[in-house]
Amino acid sequence: MLADMLHRLFDRHIDDGAYARAREGLWLGEVWAEVAEMGLPLALLTEGQGGFGLTPAEAGEALRLLGAHAVPLPVAETMGANRLLAAARLPLADGPAGLAHGNDVRVENGRLVGPVARIAWADQLDCLALAVGETLYRVPRSGWSISEAGHALTGQPRPSLAIDWAIDASAPLPHDPRAEGATIRAFQIAGALESALELTLSHTATRVQFGKPLSKNQAVQHELAKLAGELACATAAADLSAEALARGDLLGVAAGSLRAREAAGAGASIATQMHGAIGFTREHRLHLFTTALWTWRDDFGGQVHWARLLGSAALGVGADGYWPMVTAL
Amino acid sequence: MNAIPFPAPPADSETVLRLRTEFRAFLDRELKDRTPRQRSDNWYGFDRNFSRAMGQAGYLGMTWPKQYGGHERSAYERYVIVEETLAAGAPVGAHWIADRQSGPSIIKYGTDEQKAYFLPRIAAGELAFCIGMSEPDSGSDLAATRTRAVRDGDNYRITGTKVWTSFAHEADWVILFCRTGSGGPADRQAGTSQFLVDLKNTPGLTIRPIIDLAGQHHFNEMHFEDAIVPASMLLGTEGQGWEQVMSELAFERSGPERFLSSIELLYQLIGVLQGSSSDAAQITLGRLTARLAVLRRLSRSVASMLQDKQDASLQATIVKDVGALFEQGLPDIARELVDCEPDPHSAAAYASVLGNIVLNAPSWSLRGGTREILRGIIARGLGTR
Repeated sequence: MLADMLHRLFDRHIDDGAYARAREGLWLGEVWAEVAEMGLPLALLTEGQGGFGLTPAEAGEALRLLGAHAVPLPVAETMGANRLLAAARLPLADGPAGLAHGNDVRVENGRLVGPVARIAWADQLDCLALAVGETLYRVPRSGWSISEAGHALTGQPRPSLAIDWAIDASAPLPHDPRAEGATIRAFQIAGALESALELTLSHTATRVQFGKPLSKNQAVQHELAKLAGELACATAAADLSAEALARGDLLGVAAGSLRAREAAGAGASIATQMHGAIGFTREHRLHLFTTALWTWRDDFGGQVHWARLLGSAALGVGADGYWPMVTAL
Repeated sequence: MNAIPFPAPPADSETVLRLRTEFRAFLDRELKDRTPRQRSDNWYGFDRNFSRAMGQAGYLGMTWPKQYGGHERSAYERYVIVEETLAAGAPVGAHWIADRQSGPSIIKYGTDEQKAYFLPRIAAGELAFCIGMSEPDSGSDLAATRTRAVRDGDNYRITGTKVWTSFAHEADWVILFCRTGSGGPADRQAGTSQFLVDLKNTPGLTIRPIIDLAGQHHFNEMHFEDAIVPASMLLGTEGQGWEQVMSELAFERSGPERFLSSIELLYQLIGVLQGSSSDAAQITLGRLTARLAVLRRLSRSVASMLQDKQDASLQATIVKDVGALFEQGLPDIARELVDCEPDPHSAAAYASVLGNIVLNAPSWSLRGGTREILRGIIARGLGTR
């Protein structure tokens, strides 16, 4: 139901021109208004928090759809920021929001000061859910200036920020925003891989070479099977990460997030190869998904951060404790 | 969207958690003298005492009707037993095939007499089965099978050769796939049947070893020369062998055992690296653990589909394909972290496990359907064939 509405919304409002405008850094305000009208920014909240009480499966589907349409707006980030703000009982975002962990941000004389690198669409945001140490701050747009322009591989803006803000909204941190962001990205990755597989199946079924569709070649079929395997892994990884996040288990988030990141790279590579040269152009829609996959797989902690966390836990429990650790993930 | 869905598996219930805990204690007791090298044999280990202990404790025939010695537990509970068995490196050879596919085939196609005889004995861990499918000229292309059974009064006379038959020299029975129709190449799949053949008491049957590259004797060649099998040992319906053997393969491929074959190497690797401050070790183990955890989740998803009586054959094929890459990839990943000459006969645990696994890993993407066959099946599931 929600999925159908989202499909229609994105199909109707995000055409090739809209993707191109987003790549130029133009804000798709009308699409954002539709998204907000539907209540999507609150979709991860419980009913008690003012959400619609989506089941985990429905919430996951909504996030996957954001990936499956490569929606060029910080919708997922806003959903995650609001979940974090709601859990901390801070006011929700009044518009698009960002989600960040401020390693180099410090508290000085009642002010929050320091750099935060690469926040998607930062100049359009209402606020930032920013974790510093064990505290969550709700930093409004007036609390930062843009210190350096930047762009994601999708072309969309990712400026870096200089925070300087007189603290007036903070609460104990409910959970790591990197875990929140990594989980959300895992779903988006799964969604983008779904679209990449769909495009690849369609291309290889219709493109004729040597007198037959590409998909009639065994070599091509085997690559399609591998792509389906990566999609399966990404989908399961996102679900694994979401369940772990819900029970506050960072190791499970690490496992799910890592495997989704791996699938993003492997899947994008197969999809591009199976498209031939057209997959390497901006003419064909595949690039929307491959550039998004290459962007998202390095967001919110990155591969090395999560791999170290999970790997050091494995070494910590040792050989005898390893299997019980795995079955608890 | 979502061409091949994997539904979310159930969270472990209290019952499942208790079962897992009890079974781990059982395995600790039963396997306390098993060396790492032996554990790394994984499902190439064969030990009738262990299988009997599994049967007596109620861990075989988990999902089968109580009437036949089963325990009427869920497919998911069986999954827990299977994965824990493999994760512990238990010697499963004496019950593995029977519990996984021969028993379920007998439940599905067997006569009342066959069910009454075989199932309670399998569930007790008393009867070992092997698989009678591949032939010298019929490996992946099973429909090219040439072994032929001809009706002769109350018996069938069987002539032909089966190969790659793991544990035929140890097992008690085989479910044999062969040709019963007159047909030649034209009706490749029609005119085939399955028989239950007594490996110890069938005149005209000779079993010869095929030694694998590791020097081990798991495989055999079974040569039938006018071998006499009672007509009462026909499984299912004459002429329906193809449908039956496909169903048996679905049981074979649906299990979660397709990514744990080298798990002992992962334990040993962690043991060797424990206490090291190597960043590469942490990162690599993190990534391996992520792959393993996600494979487990996919596999649990398959188990929950089986529980709900859904057809999970496509999902299971994906798990096997992705899982084989994981288990086969481990030795090379371990070699990037630890220098050690592999030697299955070494007294050192790590070297012996690495040696055993390097030598055996190639078979993991051959057995139960080669990688190429599996990818063809997945591609067909995606609508390309």
